Amino acid sequence: MESYLFPFDSLICMLLGISFTVWFTLLLVFIIVPAIFGVSFGIRRLYMKSLIKLFEVSELMLSFVNHFDKIIEKNWFKLMSLEQEIQEMRRGSAEPEFDMSDIFYFCRRGVESIVDDEVTKRFTAEELESWNLLTRSNYNFHHISTRLTALWGMGVLIRYGFLLPLRVTLAFTGVGLLVVLTSIVGLFPNGRMKNYLSDKVHLMCYRICIRALTAIITYHDSENKPKNGGICVANHTSPIDVIILASDGCYAMVGQVHGGLMGVIQRAMVKACPHIWFERSEVKDRHLVAKRLSDHVADESKLPILIFPEGTCINNTSVMMFKKGSFEIGCTVYPVAIKYDPRFGDAFWNSSKFGMVNYLLHMMSSWAIVCSVWYLPPMSRMEGEDAVQFANRVKAAIARKGGLADLLWDGGLKRGKVKEVFKEEQQKLYSKVLVGSSEDRSRS
Amino acid sequence: MGSTNSTLLKIPNVEVLMQETGFSPAHIIRLHDRFKALDKEGRGHLCPHDFGAIKELAMNPIGDRIIGAFFSPGKETVDFHTFVKILAHFRPVDKDRPKEPNSPEPINSRSNKLKFAFQLYDQDKDGKISRDELLQVLRAMLGMQVTDEQLESIADRTIQEADLDRDDAISFEEFRKSLEKINIDHKMSIRFLR
Repeated sequence: MESYLFPFDSLICMLLGISFTVWFTLLLVFIIVPAIFGVSFGIRRLYMKSLIKLFEVSELMLSFVNHFDKIIEKNWFKLMSLEQEIQEMRRGSAEPEFDMSDIFYFCRRGVESIVDDEVTKRFTAEELESWNLLTRSNYNFHHISTRLTALWGMGVLIRYGFLLPLRVTLAFTGVGLLVVLTSIVGLFPNGRMKNYLSDKVHLMCYRICIRALTAIITYHDSENKPKNGGICVANHTSPIDVIILASDGCYAMVGQVHGGLMGVIQRAMVKACPHIWFERSEVKDRHLVAKRLSDHVADESKLPILIFPEGTCINNTSVMMFKKGSFEIGCTVYPVAIKYDPRFGDAFWNSSKFGMVNYLLHMMSSWAIVCSVWYLPPMSRMEGEDAVQFANRVKAAIARKGGLADLLWDGGLKRGKVKEVFKEEQQKLYSKVLVGSSEDRSRS
Repeated sequence: MGSTNSTLLKIPNVEVLMQETGFSPAHIIRLHDRFKALDKEGRGHLCPHDFGAIKELAMNPIGDRIIGAFFSPGKETVDFHTFVKILAHFRPVDKDRPKEPNSPEPINSRSNKLKFAFQLYDQDKDGKISRDELLQVLRAMLGMQVTDEQLESIADRTIQEADLDRDDAISFEEFRKSLEKINIDHKMSIRFLR
């Protein structure tokens, strides 16, 4: 009996051996080697185009049922400004003047804010117009047709069966190489050779990580890339932001010292080039933090610092208040705007809902991470501008470029002050509609 | 799907609530999450202070009046049921709802929406909008941007146009009549995301 099994056994071993070899060769040729040299076969873009076609098909399937309703509903509730709304209400009457119905506008906006306000909305994931075949973004779409469900089922198979193992392998490779190679580079004496090698090693490992996430990134305006002796600020949506920026340029990272795997990575990275890692106790001392950042920036040979001034992950529909610490240092600031395309996978990390491992699993089982990065021209603090105003100016520039809403909500202002200033603005707008028109009347 | 059902079960009398207000289970769950988010201290009911914490509401010129609409006279707290019932006023009108002769008027009918707006003006709840009450609303909406005289003239003109029985106040019927042509459904409805 046993003699029959042996040939099969060796056959299976051979097959496994061959498939592993093929697998790793493909990996090396198509992913690792291009990552080292920073070139691309264009496979990911092709993949992205086919995904878009797939989404169009699924949208067509949905459209026969409730999609049209949603479009109609959306147009009905178009957000109009105060002036537009009041003009529209008055279209019938001869002269614009106060009408009892004017209160409806304020009433409705008030109730809308009770149901859901702008600030809270930014901390939950963005809702999609149509379904992208991921269960996690399935809010309103119930079972429509068997064909759609079959499509979704196939998607699950592909994502979890093929893409996820591939990506996990790559991730381990990327991180492993980062730790090993940076430690090796750390053995070199300080000098130009070491800096050159460190840059290359960092770039290569980050590029492998990019491929581990199937991230398809479009970089715009690369002539504005941050230079040594400056600070790079960007809006924050997820921990992946770091990888996205670091795979296109070399930065000095800033962060807290962690334990475990993160700690190992941090310690290895700092051997190759100076990053700024703070102990937990040091983080509270703002002067110490500011001093270390200024010292780093003053040294022209050190890489630009990468900072996310929002301080927390926002869901990529808006830019929230920038903490002023990084803007007080007084060096050139290179703003960068990052905007993700949520159709392919939502990169937002809701740290109150999901832990890091859960989040990474989500990322690696999405279709892809597609985003655009815009490098904005450098900005410096102008005469007579304080850190807060400078921070707001940079924030506005980033929001405008990335097509994100620039939210004013500023935890620093006292509550009472905010209320009065903004209420006054609303009153001014409304009075212009009314009083402006009565002035015309008195003239005629 | 299992988690949504369990949330619904936690809310007492949720069937009655859905029937009275016309909200779907998904709506109720959303509103429940919102209620819990506003109720920061987890007491199970909201007080005016919790509404005041919503920044956009705080900057709304008639924010205080809207908050007041949630609290019945004398009550200092609002529970989830009342919260949902008040918000139900802003549901879009169900166009294809069959008109049963004996069923009570839905909360989001045109008439009830108008009543809600009326009470924003009529703070002393005597059924009429007096000249003073009108002036107060105008002052709230316009702040310091207009003079007293301008305010008075606007109030005078409005009462003149709407007040049909010449009692120098606007009753609910007169209010309704003056807004005949306005698309109340559109102006007093908000989009409840499912």
